[in-house]
Amino acid sequence: MADTVKLPEDSFKRISGDDRASLDSEKIAAPSLTFAQDAWRRLKKNKGAWVSLIVLAIIFIMAFGSLVVSPHNPNAVNPSYANLPSKIPGVNINGFNGTLVQAGERVDAYKQAGASGKFYIMGTDYLGRDLFSRVLYGTRISLIIALVATLFDLTIGVTYGMFSGWKGGRVDTFMQRVIEIILSIPNLVVIVLLILILKPGMTSIIIAIALTSWVNMARLVRAQTMEIKEQEYILAARTLGERPLKIAFKHLLPNLSSVIIINTMFTIPNAIFFEATLSYIGIGISSPQASLGTLLNDGQKNFQFLPYQMWWPALILSIIMLAFNLLGDGLRDAFDPRTKE
Amino acid sequence: MAKYLAKRIFYLILTLFIVITVTFFLMKLLPGTPLTNQAKLSKSQIALIYEQYGLDKPVWQQYLLYLAGAVRGNFGTSFQFSDQPVSYLLSSRIGPSLQIGLQAMIFGVILGIIVGAFGAMRQNTWVDTTATVVSILGISIPSFVLAVLLQYYLGLKLGWFPIAEWGGFIYTVLPTLALGATPLAESARFVRTEMVDVLSSDYIELAKAKGLSRTGIIYHHALRNSLIPLITIVGPLAVNIMTGSMVVENIFSIPGIGEQFVKSVLTNDYPTIMGLTIIYSFMLCVVLLITDILYGIVDPRIRITGKAN
Repeated sequence: MADTVKLPEDSFKRISGDDRASLDSEKIAAPSLTFAQDAWRRLKKNKGAWVSLIVLAIIFIMAFGSLVVSPHNPNAVNPSYANLPSKIPGVNINGFNGTLVQAGERVDAYKQAGASGKFYIMGTDYLGRDLFSRVLYGTRISLIIALVATLFDLTIGVTYGMFSGWKGGRVDTFMQRVIEIILSIPNLVVIVLLILILKPGMTSIIIAIALTSWVNMARLVRAQTMEIKEQEYILAARTLGERPLKIAFKHLLPNLSSVIIINTMFTIPNAIFFEATLSYIGIGISSPQASLGTLLNDGQKNFQFLPYQMWWPALILSIIMLAFNLLGDGLRDAFDPRTKE
Repeated sequence: MAKYLAKRIFYLILTLFIVITVTFFLMKLLPGTPLTNQAKLSKSQIALIYEQYGLDKPVWQQYLLYLAGAVRGNFGTSFQFSDQPVSYLLSSRIGPSLQIGLQAMIFGVILGIIVGAFGAMRQNTWVDTTATVVSILGISIPSFVLAVLLQYYLGLKLGWFPIAEWGGFIYTVLPTLALGATPLAESARFVRTEMVDVLSSDYIELAKAKGLSRTGIIYHHALRNSLIPLITIVGPLAVNIMTGSMVVENIFSIPGIGEQFVKSVLTNDYPTIMGLTIIYSFMLCVVLLITDILYGIVDPRIRITGKAN
């Protein structure tokens, strides 16, 4: 420790008498933030989550906007324009300029089909339907499934978990046994049984997801509720004679919010994945309706010769899943700073 | 421990009982008859067939008979393949599914541990970034997309592996890779988080202060302690593999129970669907029981309270 630290002269400033009087040493320099503001600030710092949020917003707007403005009708069959590759105006990269390799030579598929003036951003499928419109349609179905799963997570899952955790005792034991039984039947089996009884389609998938998706949320909320209900502020509220329902909404729910938000973000990709899997094996959404799963199944049949028909839905599905996962990670870090370090 | 075990096994039996009951009555609710050519059959013929399959008895008797059969592993006769008992149909198919499932689990978890551990050891370097990217991609890309891509590029284009069918070990490589991606990603993520936690704890500091070698610390202290909680995600991973196998077995046309399940659903083969439902639930229950017991052995605190979470 022989060397002394040399600081430049102007590092410090002498505070004169007047300045000292005006200086409030008790003042907190940074503005005080609420819990939500603080979480929002941390979320914005996380680049992956921030980009995911924007990407998801764009996908949402495009998928639901296509109800109003759609480039083509997703169900309009046009056999003369069948299997046209993807063509984006102004882009001249092989794979995006409407050309195909036929017998070792690159030819303009649009000219052959007599559709020189037209363009399909993602190409067309085997019936000449616009793939882009169908992908938008499928994305919309995936997103609706995601919203439904979230809704049941928030209603059944949160209520069940809170009730079970709050009551404790025998009620809790019984409710936990029910959850354990639901958990030990693979979800896909439950869904398949339901689809057999109802008709395959959107309704049965939604009911199936309603029955199975909330279980994890209920477990997490219960564990958290049991922890929170021992806190002093709950005791205070009870001592003051607050009704349990009011305690649940005023004290429990706000303190559970981070757990709820984080878990929702992991329910959504699961639900989307489920729907895609079901539709892919042919027991989910049925034609002419499209979902990303059925599009993948259709595209996979021609993958060797027309790879774009599978690449586009696969890409969109993976992007949606990736975005929800990254956003979920970001939200977890934002709401629970302990996990960050 | 014995009391805990007895309690767990009791709940396992209770769960299976409920599963069997619910599936049985659901199947009875379904419309239609098991007869293929009902219009061509006379009343007495129908009565004869019903008697042969025990369908003339009241529902509660059928239920008790089914329950008694299911305990002995007899799930009735398949609708799809006439005169073939479901148990025979499934017993020949369970082998490939188990092999691929176990291989995928072992491959995924072991590689996941390695990836996660390296990520945690070299925190915030390119190694860590790569590990994170691998795990996020593994979770985000659906296994059936991965399966088709592997089949096309490694199977068809490069010709390294057979694209479908079932034979020796070489036929299991691609399905194992496709199914193992999610366990790999999940366990890598899990191990990384756990190990970052463990590496900053006091006993690691102590081990460093004692002058232990880096590999010694990582292997003896950090890795072992971060692996204990990994047991808890084995159950969810098993569910994931079961779900995935239905699709992956179809893509690679593997004669397993996942492929049979999808086939049975498409052909309305109710007895087979019921049998498979029970088998899937049984396998999952056993996996959950084993993980609970393992967790109790590794972590003594659970044995005392008798609770898994």
